[in-house]
Amino acid sequence: MLSDLLPPALVNLLLASLQQTVTMVAASAVLSTLIGLPLGILLVVTAPGQFLERPVFNKVLGTVVNLIRSTPFIILMVAIIPFTRLLAGTTVGTAAAIVPLTVAITPLYARLAEAAMREVDQSLIEAAESMGASPLQIIFKVLLPEALPGIVAGQTVTLVSLIGYSAMAGTVGGGGLGDLGIRFGYQRFMPEVMIAVVIVLVAIVQSVQMTGDLAARLVNHRIARSRRSR
Amino acid sequence: MNVLARTATDDSPTRRTEAPSPEQRSPVIEVRSLTKVYDPKAGPVLDDVSLSVEKGSIHGIIGRSGAGKSTLVRCLNGLVSPTSGRIFVGGREITGLRGPTLRAARRDIAMIFQHFSLLSSRTAAGNVALPLEIAGVPKDLIHRKVPELLKLVGLGGKADSYPVELSGGQKQRVGIARALALEPSVLLSDEATSALDPETTEQILTLLADINRRTGISIVLITHEMDVVRQIADHVTVLEGGRIAETGPTFGVFAFPQSTVARSFLSSIVAHDLPEEVAARLQADASDATDPVLRITFTGASAHDPVVATLVERFGIRPNILHGRIDYIGGKPLGIMTLIAQGGEPRLPAVLSYLQSLGLHGEVIGHAVRSAAPGTR
Ligand SMILES: Nc1ncnc2c1ncn2[C@@H]1O[C@H](COP(=O)(O)OP(=O)(O)OP(=O)(O)O)[C@@H](O)[C@H]1O
Ligand SMILES: [Mg+2]
Repeated sequence: MLSDLLPPALVNLLLASLQQTVTMVAASAVLSTLIGLPLGILLVVTAPGQFLERPVFNKVLGTVVNLIRSTPFIILMVAIIPFTRLLAGTTVGTAAAIVPLTVAITPLYARLAEAAMREVDQSLIEAAESMGASPLQIIFKVLLPEALPGIVAGQTVTLVSLIGYSAMAGTVGGGGLGDLGIRFGYQRFMPEVMIAVVIVLVAIVQSVQMTGDLAARLVNHRIARSRRSR
Repeated sequence: MNVLARTATDDSPTRRTEAPSPEQRSPVIEVRSLTKVYDPKAGPVLDDVSLSVEKGSIHGIIGRSGAGKSTLVRCLNGLVSPTSGRIFVGGREITGLRGPTLRAARRDIAMIFQHFSLLSSRTAAGNVALPLEIAGVPKDLIHRKVPELLKLVGLGGKADSYPVELSGGQKQRVGIARALALEPSVLLSDEATSALDPETTEQILTLLADINRRTGISIVLITHEMDVVRQIADHVTVLEGGRIAETGPTFGVFAFPQSTVARSFLSSIVAHDLPEEVAARLQADASDATDPVLRITFTGASAHDPVVATLVERFGIRPNILHGRIDYIGGKPLGIMTLIAQGGEPRLPAVLSYLQSLGLHGEVIGHAVRSAAPGTR
């Protein structure tokens, strides 16, 4: 079907680009979760009035997170080139694109996770404290499980944003679908390539969103089971 | 009202005799001169509170909103650290503990909450397992203990239900099972029935009293409802503006409240106040134009004697009963009758000694000026 519209060479290109996009998005999603979740936890538990209250640390961390978040991705990408080279050994290619993507998306994920954990009723934390729970036990037995639906929703938002960012990363040598669309669809005047790229991107975003929504619903025990399965 | 307050404070011999002497039982909780200041500008929230809770008793703490009840109970498990004063639970000093030692001490002091505070992410069984997991109890032991605990609170069939699928009463039962999991010696309850309807409240209170009887666990019961205290508390402390207004065995406080706060709390249950129409005609001294206003307190077996008939037959008094009611305080009957003893002034000493001979508590509240108003004829 695809080959009716696009020459096989282009289909291959499309598939290769898709693979690059998936690689970039998946890798930076995993990395941003691994870094962002602990950051989110730190932002919550060190906030004033919380059980590991460290107001100065909290303020500094919050400011750093906000600084990165308010820097446009394109500028960020250029600004951290030395850092990228240090980590990836190069500044072009799919692997190199993972670094700026992770740096850009981690603060977003941290903030979303933080917001989800902030929603956890303070009285639950207090109840755990009254049982003699340690800070780590409160985090792992109360904060994270109770915030899980929100964290999953945040994960979905992060993934969708990452797909968008990855298209931009492509233009500076990261490859991927965005790159393909620009190089062929725009620069070589092949609108059918542009359309194919857009369709694939829309399909990916849609399925990520739907899967994310479903997952968030499945882990949300605040909704009765009878209504959750609908 | 002044007359009322004075006479009530003047004599209360029954009160003293009912209180078990401190040496008789050992306290499980001792609070010494506890003071808590959150905001120096606002003044202390708890002001020199000293209190002891007997081992195995149910101790009610009642007070209006903002009286400092929650602050007091949260000091007991170290969730709030006092500004000054000392707290001992089970002989161990809680004040000053921190880190792992405080956490270990907390395992002996369980708590149940007004809004249950169950984890929505865990089933009933999972919630009950939480304190066991926190304490590092081996998994197989947890698996054996949790169903027993759920059965104890009457929720044997609800192990796999999530909190959202349980009623308020069932949620509080899970809360109680969770609190009992580590077999604590003290159970703190902060308004644990306030979010429940009266019938469910009664069931939960019955469950708590039952657990208290069976396990000997000491319960500190915070509430703003005197009725909760009436049903299950052995002792009651009335807190007002961060100070103890009154404390003692529940029956004594109900029968002979000393403080205005206690009396106003009791007014919904036991009528210690006079109808306004009578209060307006009340004076402190007797005269030719007055009739004595008597309050007769019946306790225990005497609650059933035909006192009123005797007053009429033997003393020629025409009693005008203003109020009469029997309440059960912790299962013991407490009857309070207020009457105007018409034509009773000359016979007053004889009447009082007759009441005393029956073991009743007779009290002259004052003297009502006779009026032509209907109903007092
Ligand atoms: N963390 C806090 N910081 C500052 N003030 C507080 C804090 N907690 C309580 N207070 C104040 O202490 C006073 C007593 O509060 P507390 O919660 O102990 O009252 P309470 O008797 O439990 O009332 P209620 O019946 O409404 O629960 C109130 O004036 C309240 O504003
Ligand atoms: Mg309170």
